[in-house]
Amino acid sequence: MNKTVNQKAWFFVLPVLLLVAFNAIVPLMTVVNYSVQETFGDNVFFWSGISWFEQVLKSSRFHEALGRQLFFTFTILAIEVPLGVIIALAMPRKGPWVSVCLVLMAMPLLIPWNVVGAMWNIFGLPEIGLLGKTLNTLGFDYNYTRQPGAAWFTLILMDVWHWTSLVVLLAYAGLVSIPDAYYQAAKIDGASSWSIFRYIQLPKMKRVLTIAILLRFMDSFNIYTEPSVLTGGGPGNSTTLLSIDLVKIALGQFDLGPAAAMSLIYFLVILLMSWIFYTVMTRNEDQ
Amino acid sequence: MKRASWLIPTIYIIFLMLPIYWLVSMSFKTTNEILGSFTLWPQNFTLDNYRVIFTDPSWYMGYVNSIIYVCINTVLSVSVALPAAYAFSRYRFLGDKHLFFWLLTNRMAPAAVFALPFFQLYSAIGIFDTHLAVALAHTLFNIPLAVWILEGFMSGVPKQLDETAYVDGYSFPAFFIKIFIPTIAAGIGVAAFFCFMFSWVELLLAKTLTAVAAKPIAATMTKTASSSGYELGLLAAAGTLTIIPGAIVIYFVRNYIAKGFALGRV
Repeated sequence: MNKTVNQKAWFFVLPVLLLVAFNAIVPLMTVVNYSVQETFGDNVFFWSGISWFEQVLKSSRFHEALGRQLFFTFTILAIEVPLGVIIALAMPRKGPWVSVCLVLMAMPLLIPWNVVGAMWNIFGLPEIGLLGKTLNTLGFDYNYTRQPGAAWFTLILMDVWHWTSLVVLLAYAGLVSIPDAYYQAAKIDGASSWSIFRYIQLPKMKRVLTIAILLRFMDSFNIYTEPSVLTGGGPGNSTTLLSIDLVKIALGQFDLGPAAAMSLIYFLVILLMSWIFYTVMTRNEDQ
Repeated sequence: MKRASWLIPTIYIIFLMLPIYWLVSMSFKTTNEILGSFTLWPQNFTLDNYRVIFTDPSWYMGYVNSIIYVCINTVLSVSVALPAAYAFSRYRFLGDKHLFFWLLTNRMAPAAVFALPFFQLYSAIGIFDTHLAVALAHTLFNIPLAVWILEGFMSGVPKQLDETAYVDGYSFPAFFIKIFIPTIAAGIGVAAFFCFMFSWVELLLAKTLTAVAAKPIAATMTKTASSSGYELGLLAAAGTLTIIPGAIVIYFVRNYIAKGFALGRV
């Protein structure tokens, strides 16, 4: 659609701008403020330059949390995106089952995050949880409160349970927008189901998959409530992701300077990686 | 091939339902039965857990509080996003693309980063522990999403509609309210659904910004878990009840959920 140039359109955007700016800029400036100051209490602050940033960037605690965060995010993306596409391809396109599938699949998306954490916490308990009991009965030694490996397994399974449906919904939306004529043409040409997928369905899903990957990336990088209820970052520090570590430093130890510096670095990492994803995935469209 | 394609969604849905089933079945058990033995379904079926929640104000007010701030947030987010989305879909103006991207960056902001500054800001302006505080804080990530979804729906409406309305003598506000909003009703529904959903499921900000008067159900649950030992049955009943509002909302918008994002631009 060709748009007309109209500077008065700013008035339409103004309410959004004021609200979001109030919510985004004031707190962000508070964080910036803390990140460059040192305090000994009593609201007395001293300029400390970039020393907090140096401290955070050099600390092995931050490196480890960032490493765990990257591992978590890329693992769930590698599982949820292909799985979501496979399920969307297998879903019925028409008929009464479509609504049933959509409503049931969307259920996990609408459960409060702490309930998701609590639900999996109970579900995985080795003595009284369905998952834990089943695994132990089958002969696996599984106890996620003691074994880091089991904790990671539960964490990733929980996220797959919680969010794969989002990918399914998006991929499905992309699939149903493909006109029947495309499939008929492919049939006449004798295309295999793989080439239908590769040359018709995948290109049509590309845009929604970009949205899905971006949303899953941002949200999994920000994940806090579910793992903190499920494992609390434990056993030890084995599942302490970035935001859990951040809340421990900021609200637990009240180390405002390092916490603020870490917040800013954290935010910049997300911005930078989202931008890279976005550029890489939309680059081919422009050509 | 046909049989296989029927099988995959079925297995997936069973996988989705298992933890939910476990939670629901636990909510009908007594705490003794939960802790004492492993039973696949309730042996001594009880409604006591639900009775506690519906008779104790500190429990059911949690649901009321949550629903109040979620509704304020949804109305607020969608109503300010409507004109903005219209501007983005119809006009080109100075800095429009940058503004759009900046709005989306707020969707990426980790709640953990903003929790403490929000607490200080909202305490300073005196709205700490009100429904408004949580509703306002949640607009940070819901407004960008609402603008994004609505812009997609509005771009799908041909511009001729606007022009014809002006020729017929409609003023802009009359056109917007009487013609344009009914045209994109489905889009408004989808945007409202996603605002409801993300506000309903968020806990960290909601918990940080409230103490007593506006405490959300999610916070009531975490506090009960720590104060009165481990009353699993009660906790499971409370959890089960938090699923219901979402299930109702999703039933109404089931045919539009997928479209919401499909039409949106990246």
